Amino acid sequence: MQPTSATFKGNATDALADAKLQKALGHIKTGFIERRRKAADRLPEFEALRDAAKAIKDHTLAHLDLYLERFEARVIAAGGQVHWCRDAAEARTTILEICRAHDARTVTKGKSMVAEEIGLNDYLEANGVEPIETDLGEYIIQLRHEPPSHIIAPAIHVNKEEVADAFRAAHTHLPHERVLDEASTLLAEARKILREKFVAADVGITGANFLIAETGSTVIVTNEGNGDLTQTLPKAHIVLGSIEKVVPTLEDAATILRLLARSATGQEFSVYTTFSTGPRRAEDPDGPGAFHVVILDNGRSRMLGTEFQEMLRCIRCGACLNHCPVYGAIGGHAYGWVYPGPMGAVLTPWLVGLEQARDLPNASTFCGKCEAVCPMRIPLPKLMRRLREEEYERKLSPPASRWAVSLWAFVARRPALYRLGASFTARLLGALGRRSGRFRSLPLAKAWTAGRDFPAPEGRSFQSLWAERR
Amino acid sequence: MSAREDMLSRIRGAVGKGRAADAGHTVDARLAAHRMNLIPARGQLAPDAKIKLFETMAREASATLTRVPLPSDVPEAIAQFLKSENLPSRVAMAPDPWLGSLGWERQPLLAIRRGRAEPSDEVGVTVAFSAIAETGTLMLLSGPDTPTTLNLLPETHIVVLRESQVVGAYEEAWARLREARVGEGGAVAMPRTVNFITGPSRSADIEQQLQMGAHGPRRLHIVLVEG
Ligand code: SF4
Repeated sequence: MQPTSATFKGNATDALADAKLQKALGHIKTGFIERRRKAADRLPEFEALRDAAKAIKDHTLAHLDLYLERFEARVIAAGGQVHWCRDAAEARTTILEICRAHDARTVTKGKSMVAEEIGLNDYLEANGVEPIETDLGEYIIQLRHEPPSHIIAPAIHVNKEEVADAFRAAHTHLPHERVLDEASTLLAEARKILREKFVAADVGITGANFLIAETGSTVIVTNEGNGDLTQTLPKAHIVLGSIEKVVPTLEDAATILRLLARSATGQEFSVYTTFSTGPRRAEDPDGPGAFHVVILDNGRSRMLGTEFQEMLRCIRCGACLNHCPVYGAIGGHAYGWVYPGPMGAVLTPWLVGLEQARDLPNASTFCGKCEAVCPMRIPLPKLMRRLREEEYERKLSPPASRWAVSLWAFVARRPALYRLGASFTARLLGALGRRSGRFRSLPLAKAWTAGRDFPAPEGRSFQSLWAERR
Repeated sequence: MSAREDMLSRIRGAVGKGRAADAGHTVDARLAAHRMNLIPARGQLAPDAKIKLFETMAREASATLTRVPLPSDVPEAIAQFLKSENLPSRVAMAPDPWLGSLGWERQPLLAIRRGRAEPSDEVGVTVAFSAIAETGTLMLLSGPDTPTTLNLLPETHIVVLRESQVVGAYEEAWARLREARVGEGGAVAMPRTVNFITGPSRSADIEQQLQMGAHGPRRLHIVLVEG
């Protein structure tokens, strides 16, 4: 996917004006945020587990070459193959070659952010292999020809009427006038159609939440079970992982898994957590006959040995997106590439280049919420600030005055701010209110306020609203 | 330079600098120790409380559960469950010898086919290797007696579990696996697939509304054998 992060401010302005998107983003608050808090509160050891998980990843990253070598040896011992890929192009051609070796016409895919990162679907399609996304959210956005807008809820920006439209347009063999007005009917239709695809696919591609050095296992976590059907039914299973996914042992994975679902969806544990090791054994009645693991670098090794190494602890839970006032106001697409929110603001410049993504590190109110909820204790605000300094040093940043709008000046000039859109305003004020003592600037003010016609204020003052938020 | 060498040398260049000469040994020792890190108190309960927690958490994850006093009660419990839920009495069953020995002939109305699941199967019956109380999670292994497709393809997944298989924490389940499957050089011999399953399949991808039965089973029913 071509990054459009360079036009971030324009994207953001459009997103704020999109009433439908604003409604969809409202679901985040009632859903993810509340549930995560409950799940974390329910486990007294949650904070200590964060420390333990951070220590595991820090140790692994400090010995990453050694753990990757051991992982590779175990995959081979289990009868699988490992493919090392420096960049997206190498990973794409490697995967295509494996598909061709299996005469693949169709491949099913479990949700993989790394596959989005390398633009795998377009490439396979252009080369005569049909990729079929099987995660419901990914399937929806594949039909709509758009990128995911959230790393764990890829279609969070789509409403059910749009899903129905996409299904009517794609599933043309079904009666056009069928009723598709409930989430349950839509799911039932997708289940039926994708079931046939699972059975017909020649190759299944999944991502990896973890790679286990001790056993050569790859791990995926899903709620739908699509990743399991994807890897169990076809002739070959390709795992697309990246270098930082490795952890030493099964026990280490267990420690981090206690944080993943709770931080992501607020579940105690996801429905399916699956450890896959090698191809099916000779005596097994089912499972894939071949097992390939692609290990991608794509810019990550450059982060090692710098303070950005900390970003490589990320387990892609999405908590930092869910709690980010900027993400909550503009959604994922405005970030212009695969990884949105605070984690994307830090990661994207490393993967596509800072020139392409220079606005992203500014997409923050520095409220600190992302770091507070990140299960891996990644200092996201600090890293964003570092990128801004880097931009400044490399003269990539726009004049400081364009960004540095102080909170008070900003509010004073925009008394109608809270009418901007309920979820955005509530979130913004909430965020500002909580951290007002440390608030320095509102970097996005320009993008948010430019080009919008603010309706007149209604009744309550900013102060009363703010007081309520506290 | 091959991509492999290139990547490894880049990584080594970045993190290998001030590292001790015997870092390889450190890593191997760390792998061999498979230490348990931090186990929540909830995962360390006394036997009765542990079973109770498993039940509570499994139900919370929308699994259903029936207890039976004896292994020989399992066939009737399953026949009853299928009847009460208006489900077909044709089942695909794992060819596990213990499961097969439970006296299915006493349920002549059940039509049983043993082997992997086919896409047309509506009910799958399997056995678990272990179950983890802290989150109500089942642990199932692939193998000739326990095909993975049975866990995934049928709309209704029935798992027979013995109380003695229930452990407190994931780490204990791994310990049992290490004990049961010793491979080369004492390392654990992993099966192709280890499925941890917590409740039936679901999706909230449409407007964040939770819907059950996305791609995997719509129903997960656990028959828990006491003792
Ligand atoms: S940065 Fe932290 S909170 Fe954000 S996705 Fe990664 S692990 Fe989750």
